Amino acid sequence: MAVDRDTVRRIARLARLAVDEDQVVAMEGELNALLTWVEQLQEVNVEGVPPMASVVEQRLKLREDVVTDGGYAQDLMLNAPQTEDNFFVVPKVVE
Amino acid sequence: MSEAGNNSKLLNGATGKWEVVIGLEVHAQVASKAKLFSGAATAFGAAPNSQVSLIDAALPGMLPVINRFCVEQAVRTGLGLKAKINLHSVFDRKNYFYPDLPAGYQISQYKQPVVGEGEIFVDMPGGETITVGIERLHLEQDAGKSIHDQHPDYTYLDLNRAGVALMEIVSRPDLRSSEEAAAYLRKLRAILRYLGTCDGNMDEGSMRADVNVSVRRPGDPLGTRCEIKNVNSMRFVQQSVDYEARRQIDLIEAGGTIKQETRLFDSRTGETRPMRSKEEAHDYRYFPDPDLLPLTFEQAWVDELARSLPELPDEKKARFIQAGLSPYDASVLVAEKEATDYFEAMVAAGAETKAAANWLSNEYFGRLNKAGMGIGEGPISPQAAGAIVWMVIDKTISSRGAKDLTDIVWHEGGDPRAIVESRGLKQVSDESAIEAAVAAVMSANPDKCEEVKAKPKAAAWFVGQVMKSTGGKANPQTVNAILRRRLGLPEDG
Repeated sequence: MAVDRDTVRRIARLARLAVDEDQVVAMEGELNALLTWVEQLQEVNVEGVPPMASVVEQRLKLREDVVTDGGYAQDLMLNAPQTEDNFFVVPKVVE
Repeated sequence: MSEAGNNSKLLNGATGKWEVVIGLEVHAQVASKAKLFSGAATAFGAAPNSQVSLIDAALPGMLPVINRFCVEQAVRTGLGLKAKINLHSVFDRKNYFYPDLPAGYQISQYKQPVVGEGEIFVDMPGGETITVGIERLHLEQDAGKSIHDQHPDYTYLDLNRAGVALMEIVSRPDLRSSEEAAAYLRKLRAILRYLGTCDGNMDEGSMRADVNVSVRRPGDPLGTRCEIKNVNSMRFVQQSVDYEARRQIDLIEAGGTIKQETRLFDSRTGETRPMRSKEEAHDYRYFPDPDLLPLTFEQAWVDELARSLPELPDEKKARFIQAGLSPYDASVLVAEKEATDYFEAMVAAGAETKAAANWLSNEYFGRLNKAGMGIGEGPISPQAAGAIVWMVIDKTISSRGAKDLTDIVWHEGGDPRAIVESRGLKQVSDESAIEAAVAAVMSANPDKCEEVKAKPKAAAWFVGQVMKSTGGKANPQTVNAILRRRLGLPEDG
């Protein structure tokens, strides 16, 4: 598997990363080197081994359906660049 | 037979007939008190951002912990859909950027959902029953709410809904008309409400549908589909499918091709239009959420949930039919949970099954419709209704008297039995009193008596006159019998 420059640009945009054109060239090389290294895993025979979703040998913990949190809208607003009446305010996004 | 049935669903285009193919993705909010992965509340209509935890706001360092009740409701819903329950399922991150999604990803289930394939039977008004395949049901988080009309340049965000548990229920593309799509949604809603896993309140957004629509020539492979997002009523589902199918047919017949896209339904114009978002937004780069372990549980727990499942619409319908109701009456009664509850409360109050159903369809549903009320909002309690029906059966009142009594209880309330006593609504079965009334009407109308002898069917006029003169209290059967004897007519005819 190899990554070309268009793929680098697309991945960057999907991740909302601003990447300059000269960085694209460097990243193309870096990403391909990484992928080649990871591809060594293909040598392992995983026939009949189920895909692993976690390395932790324990079960998912469950929580009871009880309201234990919330009620601090004003605290949540502290980090926001712009707010009004406990709403977050962001540049217009409308469909 | 089925060929004719299918043909009737086809749409006419300028160049021939078209088949519309519809599949629904329904988002149903789990009726939980707290969110899927946080302890913040889910109640509707709270002050902005007052039901938001640090997890819902995606502050760094916070970890999700799943709500057991939500898992339970997803499994119960799966059981209600006769679906395969997966003892091992995985939560994935669905990545995209939008201001109402603070984490930049939604926790959802992609390749391994908690519930697999199932099916729903849908009764159509024409008497046909269609089977709609369920592809899957998975648990996921809802997003926050964007409010666009508060300011010309800004969008306001309320994250109260962010992180609320949703069940996404995906149907197979088994629906062939807008009516079928709406009927499917109605049935699904009924099942969820019987189970109590979702309140089904579409006005508050507890249930909304993404509608996939494509058209094809009968017998052809599937056409390219368009997805209509967030349709929030049965009527809008029907309208949006009607519009979208027509748009696609017109476009293809004019030589165009359908582009796979996401569209919005505008309820004011009844039209669908493309969303402005870039196609790229569909590259979600799913991967297993490293913050969560796979969701696993035992078959024994599933069996336990299955045993405690309430009676669902299909089973209720079968039981009602067995108790003597027509299939039509039975399906009307089970379609809305409130109607079923009301009916069963009437029966529990002593009303005979068939008579209770008749009273509902002849006396009550019409009055409710006229008043624009749901059955839960009507002024007559099921116990009072049960008493009215009971009094008809034990001949305390006539069916005409039941109509009057229903009117009185509707407008004034009160105990039906006491009203019958105090207003003298009791049916007169005393033969001598009726005999006198019949004699009076006969002697006042000698010409009619002659007429009836020649034309026995005209006897109905006499029955009507006697009922009138007794204020509706005479037992119509007794009136009829006495009339026939006195006029020398055969016993029945």
